[in-house]
Amino acid sequence: MPQEFQLRTRLRWLVDKTATSLAVLSTLLVIVPLAAIFVYLIIKGASSLNMDFFTKIPKPVGETGGGMANAIVGSVTLLGLASLIGVPIGIGGGVFLAEFGRGTKLANAVRFTADVLNGVPSIVMGLAAYALIVVPQHHFSAFAGGVALGIMMIPTICRTTEEMLLMVPHSVREAALGLGVPNWRSVLSITVKTASPGIITGCMLAFARVAGETAPLIFTALGNDFWSTSMNEPIAALPLQIWIYAQSPYDDWHRLAWAGSLVLIILIVLAVSLVRFVTSRGVLKGTS
Amino acid sequence: MDATVPEIRISQPQTQSEADSIPPQTPAGALAQEQSAIRRHLLGRGNSAVADGIFKALMVLCALSIFAIVALIATELVQRSQLSWHAFGFKFFYKTYIDPTTGLPSYWDPVNNYFSALPFVYGTLVSSFLSLLFAVPLAIGVAVFLTEMCPGFLRGPLAFLTELLAAIPSIIYGLWAVFVLVPLLRVYVNPALVKAFGWSGLFKDDNPTGLGYFASGVILAVMILPIISSLTREVMTAVPHSQREAVLALGATRWEMIRMGVLRNARIGIVGAVILGLGRALGETMAVTMVIGNTPQISRSLLATGSSMASVIANEFTEAVSDMHLSALMEIGLALFIVTIIVNATARLLVWAVTRGAPATQR
Repeated sequence: MPQEFQLRTRLRWLVDKTATSLAVLSTLLVIVPLAAIFVYLIIKGASSLNMDFFTKIPKPVGETGGGMANAIVGSVTLLGLASLIGVPIGIGGGVFLAEFGRGTKLANAVRFTADVLNGVPSIVMGLAAYALIVVPQHHFSAFAGGVALGIMMIPTICRTTEEMLLMVPHSVREAALGLGVPNWRSVLSITVKTASPGIITGCMLAFARVAGETAPLIFTALGNDFWSTSMNEPIAALPLQIWIYAQSPYDDWHRLAWAGSLVLIILIVLAVSLVRFVTSRGVLKGTS
Repeated sequence: MDATVPEIRISQPQTQSEADSIPPQTPAGALAQEQSAIRRHLLGRGNSAVADGIFKALMVLCALSIFAIVALIATELVQRSQLSWHAFGFKFFYKTYIDPTTGLPSYWDPVNNYFSALPFVYGTLVSSFLSLLFAVPLAIGVAVFLTEMCPGFLRGPLAFLTELLAAIPSIIYGLWAVFVLVPLLRVYVNPALVKAFGWSGLFKDDNPTGLGYFASGVILAVMILPIISSLTREVMTAVPHSQREAVLALGATRWEMIRMGVLRNARIGIVGAVILGLGRALGETMAVTMVIGNTPQISRSLLATGSSMASVIANEFTEAVSDMHLSALMEIGLALFIVTIIVNATARLLVWAVTRGAPATQR
């Protein structure tokens, strides 16, 4: 009997150690290549980035040099329009979820739909924007691209706004109401203002996410090799330009594609770190 | 994600029950009732009632617009895909045509005007399945390590890295795949696979480019790994500590504690996380388009080139000239929309079932 017991204990010990080492191994197997991708992107991008990238427009095929100035301006235009659409609607939805709809069926349905909408592939958003705007207008336009990106921002902003507003303590709201402030005023200047660092970072996160989206722009903004800031014309965008250059056979265009991805990555690292800083270090400290 | 903060509001039912349990003349009960009366008065005051009503209506409108967006996408896609739906019906998703000139099976021919989505459905399924095969065991391993074994000082940076990798756009993964991953596969991995598993017929040595289902499966796995592992981590942290302590108190080893106390309690949420990862993999466009090879064919070999539903839309939409071609692509988009909605809804429900009511989890 003791013999058998000892054997079993040994076996269990062995299984435990095997499982532990498997978990460690899989973490290494994941983290090391992923970190390698990241470092590779940064090194490759940094060696390709120069001043021309920010100041020149693309050179014709066969000539070296040139930059992505028009794509950067295009991306800024598109993202500006997207924010104009996504930020107010997203924040409004979040305010509804946190302040008015708590626990109601409508709020649960909205929350659920927002989460599901978040998972709809970006290419489908592009198709919808094409059908909604490009077809009636009969031409590709920056406007259509902006709308597609704006719609994609809404669910993320809505959910983060709700989360941040839920962190604001109730005593703050009641203090405002006790002073005779109307409810709308108390929501806007007390609750939303208290949670504003969190809400702003939520917007930044959504912004960074759509900044790298390519699929919804292919058949809405289309891309453009020249300067264009008009809402009614096709416009260049950084991720689109990366896509076009990555498929080309020219080394110099590949170099520009790497530089472009570094710019995108920097934007994303900034946004993600900011979110992490606000949610964990606690600009809202003491309120959660 | 679903961080819920305990309700601090002195809510209506609470005051009433308080008032019931305590005799009404005690100051505490009276005060509670008075508070809520003041509150009601302030909220319903004549002057601000109109402004409040407008404000609330605006916020409700913003929330409702989310429903409107989903409805709008659905109606537009249905409308634009009518042409192909009427021409091919449900056969659109499984019919095989015979090319009149070569006599070989053919599926997608804009010139002869026949369209069948079969190779794209196949490509999407194969690449997503491959990616789950690679990503799921690794992601669960990572989540187990991060929640149960990881020393505290490593947890923060590792979690941050995962978050960062989940946020990198797919175009950048695609770029990396084209210039680093595919050459690696072509030179080292694919020949080895052919040598080891060539007998099964799943790995054939007839594609010298390195592009194809296998490459897209690998890059998709890299992309969905952070998502699956961070969600798995979330549901695992939601398992109450008492469960772990109970199993440990019975003399279990650490692995037995994880298996019985944590994984078993979190399994529904983990399935939800995996399905959510699947949803991402199904709709992923740019990275797949860059490495799958974009040929409308079906082949048994995993190393062959193919095409996925999202990639064919990205590739052909701007070049499509005939109405039927556009409509067929729209129909593929509609199918993708419906499938991802179902997949995501299922996943969300499963994850909610586990994390609901759990204490707020740290990211």
